[in-house]
Amino acid sequence: MNAAPSPPKKLRVATTSLAGCFGCHMSFLDIDERLLKLLDLIEFDRSPLTDIKHCGPCDLGLIEGGLCNAENVHVLREFRTHCKILVAVGACAINGGLPAQRNHLDLRDVLEEVYQTEHLLGRGGIPNDPELPLPLNKVHPIHEVVKVDYFLPGCPPSADAIWKLLTDLLAGRTPTLGHGLLHYD
Amino acid sequence: MSDIDMIDAVVDRHRRDGTRLVQILREIQEQLGWLSPATLTRVADAVGWPRAEVSGTASFYSFFHKRPRGRYCVLWSDNITDRMLGNADLMDAMCKKLWLEPGRVSEDGLVSVNTTSCTGMCDQGPALLVNYRAMTRMTQARLGEMVGLIRNETPIAEWPAEWFGVEDNIRRKDILLAHDLVPGQALSAALERGPEKMLAEIKDARLRGRGGAGFSTGLKWEACRNAEGHGAGAAHYVVCNADEGEPGTFKDRVLLTSYADLVFEGMSIAGLVVGAKKGLLYLRGEYRYLLEPLESALAVRREARLLGKNILGSNFEFDIEIHLGAGAYICGEESALIESLEGKPGRPRIRPPFPVTKGYLGQPTTVNNVETLAASCLIAAHGSEWYAQHGTEKSTGTKILSVSGDCERPGIYEYPYGVTVRQVLEDCGATDSQAVQNSGPSGVCVAEAEFDRRIAFEDLPTAGAFMVFDETRDMFEVARNFAHFFAHESCGFCTPCRVGTTLVRNMMDKIARQHGSPYDIDELFKLHRLMQGASHCGLGNSACNPVFDTLNKFRPAYERRLQSLDYEPAFDLDAALSQARQMTGRDDAGAHLQNEADA
Repeated sequence: MNAAPSPPKKLRVATTSLAGCFGCHMSFLDIDERLLKLLDLIEFDRSPLTDIKHCGPCDLGLIEGGLCNAENVHVLREFRTHCKILVAVGACAINGGLPAQRNHLDLRDVLEEVYQTEHLLGRGGIPNDPELPLPLNKVHPIHEVVKVDYFLPGCPPSADAIWKLLTDLLAGRTPTLGHGLLHYD
Repeated sequence: MSDIDMIDAVVDRHRRDGTRLVQILREIQEQLGWLSPATLTRVADAVGWPRAEVSGTASFYSFFHKRPRGRYCVLWSDNITDRMLGNADLMDAMCKKLWLEPGRVSEDGLVSVNTTSCTGMCDQGPALLVNYRAMTRMTQARLGEMVGLIRNETPIAEWPAEWFGVEDNIRRKDILLAHDLVPGQALSAALERGPEKMLAEIKDARLRGRGGAGFSTGLKWEACRNAEGHGAGAAHYVVCNADEGEPGTFKDRVLLTSYADLVFEGMSIAGLVVGAKKGLLYLRGEYRYLLEPLESALAVRREARLLGKNILGSNFEFDIEIHLGAGAYICGEESALIESLEGKPGRPRIRPPFPVTKGYLGQPTTVNNVETLAASCLIAAHGSEWYAQHGTEKSTGTKILSVSGDCERPGIYEYPYGVTVRQVLEDCGATDSQAVQNSGPSGVCVAEAEFDRRIAFEDLPTAGAFMVFDETRDMFEVARNFAHFFAHESCGFCTPCRVGTTLVRNMMDKIARQHGSPYDIDELFKLHRLMQGASHCGLGNSACNPVFDTLNKFRPAYERRLQSLDYEPAFDLDAALSQARQMTGRDDAGAHLQNEADA
């Protein structure tokens, strides 16, 4: 008796936004109707699209945003532990991006300014609830804390660039964007 | 004289010619201490260049200051050989005595202390520059005295003269350094032969460039001679490359100190062959103290009718002018050097066209190393047959080595090509050597197993540096020093080199802080491949050589620094929460991050 050919195993993908603006995720959604084709090939683990809280074993992890607080570090480590391939998506994950603009200021001065000195802002002092993750002294790109396998530049990377990365990875090719997709002006 | 009059006088002396901008800015800075915005505007107006271009040149060179510097500007030479002689402790002590942070000007504008790339005094370090005057053999005792002189604002001219003494330290002479030519002898032999036959002699002698690359001097001169001048300013030029910036190299300094006549005569012979009336000697800024002696040597030669019109009674006309650099290693690359001669930032040109067809001011130019030009005198005087008897088949003649580092007798050694590394080590009194950095950071790191290799174009080509490291030295630190050097000296023109040299430096620092992992080593290999293939010029191509060589030959020096075999963060994660902990007063588990190794 012949078993019916089992459908090819779907690639399990997790995504998250750390110190990012979700712009990279929005750009991901911009692949539009290709999303339907993609869903035949992949399934989502932890992602804003599924609301799964913790990442399980995955083939691919997409990280948007850099690291600005302790929770970002925990999430990033969880992804690194569970994802075979980890991709830094967008300028913030790769370089720290906009949030890293605070890096030339001392964190203590920033907290003081926002929560104590500044008129109309400071109410009730610097929050110290254990529920809140502590900010890091400086904002860091993710490759300074875990090994990153691929980098997808752009602010945000275009939908076509994200599509190219995903299809390359699905086909087992080393992802390359080429000239057109690396052209920003 | 007011500042403005002084500026105008300098610019007028240079005929308001923008191509002389580097010289103009240097002379003005020597008077005023720095180049203020108003100074740059005045100069730009006078030479008729856009102010942005004048400012661009002033920004490019590390010896030009667009902000006020200390009235005493102290720069410690930071080559690995200076490090091995203890310059870091001395500089630290100096900063403490002066209540200074390195790189900052003191509040009263009196003094600044910082490091600079190798000043070419490796055989007599620790070396430094004080207001761009070279000093050697610094000790703790001298340091104390020097700090006193700075505090009392004693003019540098009144400091003890022996502090500025520079020794030749010639340890071994061969045909070049032991020559018996009198000034004019080689040149008159060349004039007697005439340019064609002189060129043939150079080709038959198989003379090759001493700057490291070893291109045939005869072919270069022939190509320059055959190229036609362009337009109204049609002319041919000879340029002597004395921008001896490769760390560990100081043989040109000795040639220009004690063999200047031979160098000038070599330039004249080159002028005769290629049909040039003008020669330019590009002297590195670190050798500023040689300018006056060289100028007077030129005056003596003019007096003796060895320069000027109707040289030695013939109708050959040739004269030489000296240009000073301003602290840019990249200007040792011939097309960058030409850009600098033209008053621009020293960025390498796209080649072709090569300088032999379009060089200085767009005219055919031959750029030769100091030692190559000096060697051409021997060929002119004694003929190619005699010359080619020395050295090896493909590397005729001799090579001057600048020996420094762990040996009893550092200094200048001239050998026929083909000498083994082992022989040189024996002669300079080096014991327990583990490695030799041949030809400087951009050359090859030779490990003990290779000490029987020969110095010649067939095996180990060299520009002259020969830095010796004994068994007590840490070869990782050697490579890290060189990585910092290249990151500092990259001209910034092309991305692979500008970004690559900085990434390599950061990665070496990460490994040094014991935050490294095998991934970082993989990354260094990747960067080496990328920079070698994609950089615009030789600086980027060779910037990873010391890292690559030591990774292959001294890998345990890296591996014992690695934190673990897993990936390691570049910084201490828990410490990165310190400020937030302090401000919130929290110390619960959530206020800490375990480092991976303890997790």
